[in-house]
Amino acid sequence: MSKARDSIFRTGFVHVALIAYTLVSLFPVFLTIINSFKDRNAIFRAPLTIPTPQTFSLIGYETVLGQGDFATYFQNSFIVTIVSIALVLLFGAMAAFALSEYRFRGNTVMGLYLAIGIMIPIRLGTVAILQGMVAANLVNTLTALILVYTAQGLPLAIFILSEFMRTVSDDLKNAGRIDGLSEYAIFFRLVLPLVRPAMATVAVFTMIPIWNDLWFPLILAPAEATKTVTLGSQIFIGQFVTNWNAVLAALSLAILPVLVLYVIFSRQLIRGITAGAVK
Amino acid sequence: MGSLQLKSIRKAYGSHEVLKGIDLEVKDGEFVIFVGPSGCGKSTLLRTIAGLEDATSGSVQIDGTEVGHVAPAKRGIAMVFQSYALYPHLTVKDNMGLGLKQAGKPKAEIDDKVGKAASMLSLDPYLARRPAELSGGQRQRVAIGRAIVREPKLFLFDEPLSNLDAALRVNTRLEIARLHRSLKATMIYVTHDQVEAMTLADKIVVLNAGKIEQIGSPMDLYNRPANVFVAGFIGSPQMNFIDGARLGDTRAKTIGIRPEHMALSRESGDWKGKVVHVEHLGADTIVYLESEQAGTITVRLFGEHRYAPDDIVYATPMVGSMHRFGADDRILD
Repeated sequence: MSKARDSIFRTGFVHVALIAYTLVSLFPVFLTIINSFKDRNAIFRAPLTIPTPQTFSLIGYETVLGQGDFATYFQNSFIVTIVSIALVLLFGAMAAFALSEYRFRGNTVMGLYLAIGIMIPIRLGTVAILQGMVAANLVNTLTALILVYTAQGLPLAIFILSEFMRTVSDDLKNAGRIDGLSEYAIFFRLVLPLVRPAMATVAVFTMIPIWNDLWFPLILAPAEATKTVTLGSQIFIGQFVTNWNAVLAALSLAILPVLVLYVIFSRQLIRGITAGAVK
Repeated sequence: MGSLQLKSIRKAYGSHEVLKGIDLEVKDGEFVIFVGPSGCGKSTLLRTIAGLEDATSGSVQIDGTEVGHVAPAKRGIAMVFQSYALYPHLTVKDNMGLGLKQAGKPKAEIDDKVGKAASMLSLDPYLARRPAELSGGQRQRVAIGRAIVREPKLFLFDEPLSNLDAALRVNTRLEIARLHRSLKATMIYVTHDQVEAMTLADKIVVLNAGKIEQIGSPMDLYNRPANVFVAGFIGSPQMNFIDGARLGDTRAKTIGIRPEHMALSRESGDWKGKVVHVEHLGADTIVYLESEQAGTITVRLFGEHRYAPDDIVYATPMVGSMHRFGADDRILD
């Protein structure tokens, strides 16, 4: 009996903590969105109120969309994020499979070497990366960003995926070998479907820093044609005057695509868990 | 056809030797069982035959052809795993037909063979289902069906019954015995369960610590164990081992007597002892007693007997039922 009461108390506490955390993390997003629908005066006079008929204004969105280039910025962000995720997942999963499945000389050393990437931020190498990109004639191309983000995402992807791949039953892979599946078929048709939840996790972890990054777009691809949304929004922030309506509208718009991608991946997460595997 | 020759197979992981020179000959149509305690190398040996592991040295021949460097799929084998290892995203039908599909067989032939195997294992109603929708016993039948469809020279079973509950285990065991009779195929089967080994095998290979202890028919192993290990491993309850010197035998270091080869009496007999514990199983009564001459011994009596702890009884070994082992633990002739 005391146990039951205990667990109600405990679940209650957990829920309160989680709700509080949710409110704290959602508050800035909420603030950004409500203020993006207000006129300039209302943003400063009453930043915490939701838009009323008097203060409602779409001026921010009109500015952003009227700027014309924002479609391109969105497109750039999309291309960079999607291609980077795809490459990180593909190469990350393949490397993880090799590390977890095959016994070869230097296996552990290779795993540790790749794990170092988790500990050392890639931004420390910015100067060298920029020099490399200049030499390779890749400055102001989306390729430059995709290459850097793929490298940035791989260490964590390999680390998470190789742990998951170790849990895939050896018997299943061996059954595939006896049935004449090639190692590629075993990887793509047997192992990948079973680690789909882990793939979704990695995709989410990889996606958000890439979408939000300002550093590398600013350094490697600041040209008008290759600007990403985060970089594009900066034109409204000036040294003396900042067009807050436009900044908030641009940020609100930038949230949407990430949200959509997140929903897609998290559905995969749940579906992966419920699929029946061995036993 | 499906014969197998193993010649001095060795397998080492680093400096740790798992198989220490295995020689074995399996004739066409034989049912051979590898049995031994966990870690004795029996599964490794099976995987070496399948080609899932490479032997460090030695040769594996199937039907007289060296297959050391042949891929598992090309060796003409099929394997049934303990964890079933069904493809979770494929239906029962596709699970069973995948091997033939990979080999590029025409669809009509695959359907025909899958159909035959399914009716043999009464799996017809489940062909469109996925493994997640089947019970454990059904999954293992699908795994067996997948092996049959390939019409292999060698069937390899890796502890196929270990994940099933007791009743299903008996049924599936009978099913495997029936399959062996109807297919007349060569089967190699790994288990740690001596009941499975005794009931299914034509020939049992007892392995211990990477070496073959004895090869023989189930009754050979029971009646004429070659050494103390085999004597203790085959038979349940375990054989009684008595120090030879205690019984006044100067040549034998150890003397073994099976619990069922002893008679018990309240009046007279060779070894006087006190009953420590009694297990009533209905068909058998197992009596544990502490004797003055022979130490702790187990006696298995058929039928029901009314012995109770602390009773004084006399145990007498049956004539010709003693196994005498020398100082090297091998049988003395």
